[in-house]
Amino acid sequence: MSASVPVSIPAREAFLPNWPRRMAFVALGLYCLYALSTLEITWVRFVKGLDQGAKFLDRLWPPNFAPDKVALMGEGLLESVQIAILATAVGILISIPIGLMSARNLVPGWMSWIGRVIIAVARSFHPMIVAILFVKAVGFGALAGILALIISSIGFIAKLFAEAIEEMNMKQVEAVRATGASWLNVLFMGVIPQVIARFVGFSAYQLDSNLRNSTMVGIVGGGGIGATLFTAYQRFDYDFVMTILLAIIAIIMVSELLSGWLRKVFQ
Amino acid sequence: MTATSSPVQPVAERIWERFTPAQRMGRFATYLGAVAAIVWSFRQVEIITEFLYDAPEQTLDLFRRMWPIDWAYYPKGVHDALIETFHIATLGTLLALILGFPIALMAAKNITRSTTLNWIANFLLVASRSVNSLIWALLFVAIFGPGAIAGVLAIGFRSIGFVGKLLAEAFEEARPGPIEALISTGAPPLSVLSKGYWPQVEPSFWSVALFRWDINIRESAILGLVGAGGIGVALDSALNNLYWDQVGLILLVIFAIVIATEFVTSYVRSKII
Amino acid sequence: MTLATSVVVPDEGALVIRNLSKEYVAGKPILKEINLTIEGRGITAIIGPSGTGKSTLVRCINRLVTPTSGSILFKGQDMAKLSGLALRQARRKIGMVHQEYNLVERLSVMENVLSGRLGYMPAWKAWLRRFSAEDVQKAFALLDAVGLGDFATRRADQLSGGQRQRVGIARALMQDPDLILADEPTSSLDPKTSVEVMEIMVRLAGVRNTPIVINIHNVDLAKRFSNRIIGMARGEVVFDGPPGELKDHHLADIYGGESWMEAA
Repeated sequence: MSASVPVSIPAREAFLPNWPRRMAFVALGLYCLYALSTLEITWVRFVKGLDQGAKFLDRLWPPNFAPDKVALMGEGLLESVQIAILATAVGILISIPIGLMSARNLVPGWMSWIGRVIIAVARSFHPMIVAILFVKAVGFGALAGILALIISSIGFIAKLFAEAIEEMNMKQVEAVRATGASWLNVLFMGVIPQVIARFVGFSAYQLDSNLRNSTMVGIVGGGGIGATLFTAYQRFDYDFVMTILLAIIAIIMVSELLSGWLRKVFQ
Repeated sequence: MTATSSPVQPVAERIWERFTPAQRMGRFATYLGAVAAIVWSFRQVEIITEFLYDAPEQTLDLFRRMWPIDWAYYPKGVHDALIETFHIATLGTLLALILGFPIALMAAKNITRSTTLNWIANFLLVASRSVNSLIWALLFVAIFGPGAIAGVLAIGFRSIGFVGKLLAEAFEEARPGPIEALISTGAPPLSVLSKGYWPQVEPSFWSVALFRWDINIRESAILGLVGAGGIGVALDSALNNLYWDQVGLILLVIFAIVIATEFVTSYVRSKII
Repeated sequence: MTLATSVVVPDEGALVIRNLSKEYVAGKPILKEINLTIEGRGITAIIGPSGTGKSTLVRCINRLVTPTSGSILFKGQDMAKLSGLALRQARRKIGMVHQEYNLVERLSVMENVLSGRLGYMPAWKAWLRRFSAEDVQKAFALLDAVGLGDFATRRADQLSGGQRQRVGIARALMQDPDLILADEPTSSLDPKTSVEVMEIMVRLAGVRNTPIVINIHNVDLAKRFSNRIIGMARGEVVFDGPPGELKDHHLADIYGGESWMEAA
């Protein structure tokens, strides 16, 4: 082999630096520093807070299980559960027609537009805010909470229902239509079988979600355990607050198990 | 027609049942349970019917009081609070992503093989989710005092459960093929994680981050009701003072920011995912 | 109609298609003034390259596609002009077998077959699945006839392609149709299953004396199973006759090019 003059091969970059991405990360980091300073979140405050936190945790534990407190709590919890159940039931019922009329592959364009606007408005406001408005409209108590959660249920269930319908296989529906079936029959035997499993899934999820929110609407007057919780909090009855929290967590865990079981039965 | 001593037996009718007996029982039990629950709730709950009938008029009265909207209040009372809400939501989401990522790794059954660790991680995630962000806010306000720190921590800690669960699921759904390939080259675990799992999980990660940020904007807006900073504080004071025109302004602003967030998230989604 | 005329009088069950045109995009007609008379018996196969409008033609017959102009006369009614209740009632008598089977996958085989009766049932019965005992027995009989007697309670998505198509055939026959339309029924099936499915369909329709109009791109299957072949190209009918008369030059005209015809 003859000696050959070394040829310089230009070095080839295997991994080009992704500048837009790097800049984005740098921007994110800078933003964090900026935001933290704007909010006056400093390390000093944080550390002081930790010290305070230790004292606070001390007062939370052990939870207060005095019988009169537990009775008070029981009432509130029951009411929260009732609010959740009613809100979910009515919410599901109303969501069915609204979801159907929002599916672009099922109804004419103008109708689906109306449906989607309804859903968008229902989703825009946090249930707490809606609860405040309803408390003004129908007074303190469970009714305001129920109505508020019905609205938030519609925003969730109807939206996902419409999406499930839009994602279904239209050819299966067309085949049922070709047998001469009426619109309703096509719905029952062509559309519903395709979407029912998902519908049950997110309805069960919404029951869960309503249970979580129903424990909160009491803070603004919507009934349920929220009011008891907030009162105890404001009175610095932190051990009672802890009891209530534990009870809420327990109920939610039970509800998650229940919705899992529901999904299996209807799958 | 031949005479026979025994009557002609008809062909046995075949039965079709839509559900097996077990399924029927399950469905019946569910329907029964649901109806019972609804009836029980309805009878126990205190609904004062006079208030219900009064509702339309009260609602109208409410809207009448909100109009005209007090636009002048915006620069003074609302603008800074709005910015604060945005910061709370964003920092809170970032916190949740940073803290939730390792917990998700611990909860993913294909990454952490120890069932005890899986269980602990899942418990942490469930606990985080079960406590409403408002309650987290109450807790942190009690510890750190009113203000944005409580808000950021409340949003962050609540979101860990959401982010962690979805991330863990994304990890568990990663295809084992590329992972196997990397392990067989002798790559160390951290490299397997960053070059094998992460590229598969990354789209889900950003999708979850965007989704949670969207929800957190909504949640941050109300944390102020318990003193955790943001526009909720302005809302709370306006409500307490019964300044309905200010309330109207704040609600409109919240509505606008929710719509804006939707646009931003769908735009970013289409670009990245 | 007892006068002897020089014009062939179509029998009662005939399908008379006159000047049928369809444009999806203005100015680019897929079907150009199709004129056809299809007898109320026998198997008519429509062959032709993709995009030539065979599927559109077949789907115009039961109005899954609305023609731009022309008429489709079936049992005294113009399918192109019907709507609402009248259209549904007309569709009841036309059974359809689809290319991708189009079974409702989450329903059981039995529910899919019984869907054939939906045109005759009120909505509440469909919701509660209250099918008449007679319908259920008939469904069982049809499932036996297509060889799926034990599959009644299986979910449709647990079946293979050939099995699903057989359920599709049973569904179509459940309607007691006066005409069966088959839109590329074998395109998604392997060669052996294709022949099996064609045999079942042709045999069962023959027993009931129901005519079949089948849109198919496999020329060999068309020649084997049909007694009349209609070749379409460029939106028009370019061949119409018994399979025996279908020659290579006809096929060249229909499909274009000759290389695909060389013996494999």
